[in-house]
Amino acid sequence: MRYSLMALGCLLSLGTALAIDPEPPFEDPALEATYQELINEVRCLVCQNQTIADSNAPLASDLRREIRKMMGEGASRAEVIDFLVARYGDFVLYRPPFQPTTWALWGAPVFLLAIGAVVFGRILRVRLRQPLGESDPLDETTS
Amino acid sequence: MWRYLIPIGVFAVLAAFFVRGLSLNPRYVPSPLLGKPAPEFELPRLKDPGQRLGSQDLNGQVALLNVWATWCVGCRQEHGFLVELAEANDVPIYGLNWKDDRARALGWLSSLGDPYVASAFDELGEVAIDWGVYGAPETFLLARDGTVLYKHIAPLTREVWAAEFVPRIIEQCGGLPCPPADGEG
Amino acid sequence: MIPELGQFALILALGLTLIQASVPLLGAATQREDWMALARPAATGQFVFVAVAFLALCHAFLNDDFSVRYVAMNSNTALPTAYKIAAVWGAHEGSLLLWILILSTWTLAVTVGSRSLPEAFAARVLGVLGIVSVGMLVFTLLTSNPFERLFPAAAEGNDLNPLLQDPGLVMHPPILYSGYVGLAVPFAFAVAALLTGSLSSAWARWARPWTVAAWMFLTVGIALGSWWAYYELGWGGWWFWDPVENASFMPWLAGTALIHSLAVTERRGIFKSWTLLLAIAAFSLSLLGTFLVRSGILVSVHAFASDPARGLFILLLLSVITGGSLILYAVRARHLTVEGGFRLISRESFLLMNNILLVVATAAVLFGTLYPLFLDALGLGKISVGPPYFNTVFLIPMLPLAVLIGVGMHSAWLRTSGESLARRLALPAGVALALGITIPWLVFGRASALTMIGVSAGLWVVGAALLEPVKRVLRRGAAPMPLTRGQWGMSFAHLGVGVFILGATVTSSYNVETDSSASPGDRWEVDGYELVFRDIRRIQGPNFEATEGEFEVRRDGRLVTILTPQKRVYRVQTSPMTEAAIDVGWGRDLFVALGDPLGDGAWSLRVQVKPLIRFIWLGALIMAFGGLLAISDPRYRTKRARQEAALDPQPAESV
Repeated sequence: MRYSLMALGCLLSLGTALAIDPEPPFEDPALEATYQELINEVRCLVCQNQTIADSNAPLASDLRREIRKMMGEGASRAEVIDFLVARYGDFVLYRPPFQPTTWALWGAPVFLLAIGAVVFGRILRVRLRQPLGESDPLDETTS
Repeated sequence: MWRYLIPIGVFAVLAAFFVRGLSLNPRYVPSPLLGKPAPEFELPRLKDPGQRLGSQDLNGQVALLNVWATWCVGCRQEHGFLVELAEANDVPIYGLNWKDDRARALGWLSSLGDPYVASAFDELGEVAIDWGVYGAPETFLLARDGTVLYKHIAPLTREVWAAEFVPRIIEQCGGLPCPPADGEG
Repeated sequence: MIPELGQFALILALGLTLIQASVPLLGAATQREDWMALARPAATGQFVFVAVAFLALCHAFLNDDFSVRYVAMNSNTALPTAYKIAAVWGAHEGSLLLWILILSTWTLAVTVGSRSLPEAFAARVLGVLGIVSVGMLVFTLLTSNPFERLFPAAAEGNDLNPLLQDPGLVMHPPILYSGYVGLAVPFAFAVAALLTGSLSSAWARWARPWTVAAWMFLTVGIALGSWWAYYELGWGGWWFWDPVENASFMPWLAGTALIHSLAVTERRGIFKSWTLLLAIAAFSLSLLGTFLVRSGILVSVHAFASDPARGLFILLLLSVITGGSLILYAVRARHLTVEGGFRLISRESFLLMNNILLVVATAAVLFGTLYPLFLDALGLGKISVGPPYFNTVFLIPMLPLAVLIGVGMHSAWLRTSGESLARRLALPAGVALALGITIPWLVFGRASALTMIGVSAGLWVVGAALLEPVKRVLRRGAAPMPLTRGQWGMSFAHLGVGVFILGATVTSSYNVETDSSASPGDRWEVDGYELVFRDIRRIQGPNFEATEGEFEVRRDGRLVTILTPQKRVYRVQTSPMTEAAIDVGWGRDLFVALGDPLGDGAWSLRVQVKPLIRFIWLGALIMAFGGLLAISDPRYRTKRARQEAALDPQPAESV
């Protein structure tokens, strides 16, 4: 029941997805860029369909504040991620970490492409051996 | 040959996962703190800001930490049961008042009853983040040495108490209520 | 009274559909003409009664009949009339009724358009469509009845979710569903072909325009959804790889592959297995989407009120329809292979690569979307898979595909000489690469490798798509052979892809977003534009109140526009909503959104400059237009098609 209330609140507040930080950006543009990148990859746990950069939930702005503070004190991107994962688990990251449970996930596209290449090769081999039939005279070619 | 069975095979596997998935809750975020020591904290008390409430007060006993706020609808729902639990006095209940307005929180406790031994006032929500709180109400069950035994998200009900909390408390204490710890780790 | 009529109409529709789903199929199996002949009237009757039911629901909304639970939950007397109609499909029950209405409309269209098909085949197609309709009607009547009454009737309704009170969202579901649901037609064709036991290239010719039509709607529907999210949700993004977005995108990918596979089957009679499987897959992915959205199994912004019981029902439906057709495929498809050679460099070869790459892309998106469920079900923890994953992974099959699009378009069937291709395409390729590398640097002053690749790919596809048309136009004096509509359609469709690639690449690479705080009177600069915060005031809307900010935007001193973003509070649901103000332009969009008051008259603001973002939706529209051109090719309507159909042998064995 509570979940549906939360979800409703989030749905209604989607239009106010202006998780605007009132603080000015970091002086160092590289640091600011890392910060922006990070907050766009962290999942808001309240409204679970937004990043904390876009979410208007109080927890999202709290997390942004924490991340900002940590980065201001010199924490690296990896340290911030460790901080978040230690508290909320891998769920909080939109970029799934590369670990045994996600090898299949990260490997899938390349694996699928490899299978695709094998399939292509086999079909082509079959077709190369077959005689070239005539094309349907009804249809035109472009060349 | 067999390759024509691949599509239906893949579908069957997917369907099996879907059936299983229908009984899961995708929104539920399990706590990585289970089995680990509870995060250290120290905050001003809600009722007496001059005094502090922190991990050292919770250690040495099996206790509940309940995250609550006046703006939280679910907290209102579970409050009556918490008061009941406090009266039964099986385990002490400590409160973490999350990002709330002090005056309103005090008013709420005085009109609805105060089940808490004491409540810590987490104005900025920093301690809540350390505890991985994302949706009040949340209730943590802590062992004597501070290990997080269980976390319940959503209002605490009689059924959940009986099913999840009581067995674990009995495991820790040998019975209900917990005998007071006398120097053992 | 009228709601009860509506419910009764649905029950009648179900009765007729049960006939449509059974008798013609049995008739085709037993060669009984009179049973087969029941298909068309039954399908027509279904349409009539479903339409009556839908109109009854519309009537309830327009008359503010809050004794109907669904109306009470989603409407309000103050709701503007247009949105009262949109509210009909604003939530689960009503949107299901829309789904069914659209399916029966497509079925009706098939009824009319299938007169040149052999009777047994048409009976089977309509029969299969009937099975799908039966499933959805039973689902609606048993678990999701929009006509359920509310006792006592509510005095006032809950109002439509303010997010949905928007023209984009009025059009998005009907158009998207027309696409989604329309893929049932090629699906029915495929199952009918498997039941018949034979698959001729004439079959492919019949199926293709239906597929392209559904695909067109789907393209526009997805683009509308993306565009709506962009201007309504206030964060300036246009695609989030949300599970339900993926649920509509996967049928699109499969549908695109299907269109291309149909082209090969139509022309050479080969790739029948691919075509059948893709037709089954495309619609199955649509059904899967319906399941994902309405079962609560995945977290999504789109999720309707989820209910595992409903989820189980849809899963059952999915299993029967998809599982049944895949079993049929396993049994029948092996008998369909046909001889037909081609060489490595040939249109068939490139279209095969196209099929494979699109299937890889679809599978990758499906895998990523379902992976959190897989891990959770296996007890291996909870993870999230979001844009960082999909954006990377999607490019893996898609970048090669973008290159191949240009080459494949210009290849001849059977075989093409590599040299002739190279001679033809070297210039466009070279120009695309050169421009792709230099223009980003010249215009924006910086470019990553990926940006340059993306822009080159986009320009390459555009160039390759326009090559033939431009050549024909330029050679006009020498009386060249005119391009058919089909070929124009192909050029436009691929042009649309190129335009899309350009838009997506440029906007992702060069999007400027700044958060700041300002008070009236402040002026500041964003990406070469000068902004002045002129005023902030309160205004009244029909069912909301708003705070409106006024911003003057200048460039090089000249006034560009005045933007008025609002922060609205709808009176019934009382949650604040932001309406961003956007200055639209082909070169860029300027986007200003009002945040929260910070005290002392200051407001937080988000200003974005989004170059070439319009190209994303323009590309989609051009693609859809290409589809329209392709369908309108007269060869789909010649008497010849009917003659061929008459000559096509149907084997004695069936079902």
